[in-house]
Amino acid sequence: MSSFEEFFIQLAVDFPRWNFIWLYDDLQADRILSGLWVTVKLSLACVSLSVVIGVVGAMLQGSNSSRVRALVQGYIQFFRNTPPLVQLLFFYFALGQFTPTEVGPDGWTEQPLITNVGWAIIALSLFAGAFNVEIFRAGIEAIPYSTREAAESLGMSQRQTFFYVTLPLSLRVSIPALNNNLVNLVKTTTQAYAIAVPELLYESVSVWNDYPSAQNPTMLLLFLAYLTLVGILVFCMNSWEKSMRIPGYGH
Amino acid sequence: MINWSPEQPIVSIHNVHKSFGPLEVLKGVSMDIMKGEVICIIGPSGSGKSTLIRCINALNDIQGGSITLEGQEVHDEKLDKLELRKKVGMVFQQYNLFPHKTVLENVMMAPIKVLKESKVEAQKRALELIKKVRLDGKENSYPGELSGGQQQRVAIARSLAMRPDVMLFDEVTAALDPETVKEVLITIQDLAAEGMTCILVTHEMAFAREVADHIYFTDRGVIVEHGSPKEFFDNASDPRTKEFLSQVL
Repeated sequence: MSSFEEFFIQLAVDFPRWNFIWLYDDLQADRILSGLWVTVKLSLACVSLSVVIGVVGAMLQGSNSSRVRALVQGYIQFFRNTPPLVQLLFFYFALGQFTPTEVGPDGWTEQPLITNVGWAIIALSLFAGAFNVEIFRAGIEAIPYSTREAAESLGMSQRQTFFYVTLPLSLRVSIPALNNNLVNLVKTTTQAYAIAVPELLYESVSVWNDYPSAQNPTMLLLFLAYLTLVGILVFCMNSWEKSMRIPGYGH
Repeated sequence: MINWSPEQPIVSIHNVHKSFGPLEVLKGVSMDIMKGEVICIIGPSGSGKSTLIRCINALNDIQGGSITLEGQEVHDEKLDKLELRKKVGMVFQQYNLFPHKTVLENVMMAPIKVLKESKVEAQKRALELIKKVRLDGKENSYPGELSGGQQQRVAIARSLAMRPDVMLFDEVTAALDPETVKEVLITIQDLAAEGMTCILVTHEMAFAREVADHIYFTDRGVIVEHGSPKEFFDNASDPRTKEFLSQVL
């Protein structure tokens, strides 16, 4: 056993509330690491999916069909104005009953086709996506109509105009607000805890339920982990914003 | 099948009415434009000049009358507006370049996306056009780094890249500094000299006099008077035309 591990074992003896168990117990370290990995994957999936939902939703909001626009509006109102935790529970427990099942790898248990992780990704992406639609719409509205008109007068279709002109320009306007929403989304992944997704919070709670002496250090770890994760996200978003800066435009 | 031969007007506007809500902006406007002609439309603000040329590429709809381009009714509901716009280039007062694209990319975008030209082909032509509007060396600049006159010349090159049959110019020098107006006018004059059909809404009287084949004067939604530049500037007969000319000349 290394002196590093010995130090923390001794610390837990001297200060019983400060048992950094995952620094010397491989089993607990694995739980924390696997939780962290699930959180990272969950965040990446939800961030990407919610951005796609935002872009598609903002595009559909410019649709010529009033029915499509009403549908997008209804979606936004529902997912923006209800608590994400309730949405998660609803998707998993209510909708989960109706989704098809398949026979598991053991050959005899029935398993749902969409797992709790799947439902968490769906629910959280729809939740954050509703905000993203509004964020992108605000960006689109900031682009002068005459710029779109110029694209259309060159023979570009509505779809081409959206993807090659309006969207790239509006993204630049939307990034700061998008940044905020994605930060919130990463933090909201902890609510998947409620449907037993083995993410970082879930694993951390399991650790301190088994070892109450590890509660304080594990909470400290949770804060540090989220500060780091969100820090990385913000760093990436800021670099993206810088890379999209256009000489002579908007400054 | 559309029967159209180059001896017939390339653009034919007949008794066009256009309203914005209760406000009637065009009250029965007619004109015929032959291939290769340069037409200047002049008149006081709010007389419907810009609205009229925006109707030619269907950026505005009309409530009555007809506009044909090469014999094809522009405001036919079954007509693919995108096909129409391939044939009509338009340059705006505020340039309306794509600010996130370089000069070269601005000019190349529509040929690649709309005409499905290859990148190599589009770039070759874009470089020629940039040279033609005397902006070689600025290919990789962004619109925000150019002067108004330079941006407007990029906008002209961008329109020309679509190989239009008709070019519309909507007060293209109105937002420019006096010293850059000339460079844009020279570019348009070059185009006209090559035989491009040009329809201009302009306040540049000296330019209209020199370059136009035909001048139309509009006021309050109607064409008050039209004729060759010589007839128009020297022998205007309508009192409204006379009053306008006395103010601008």
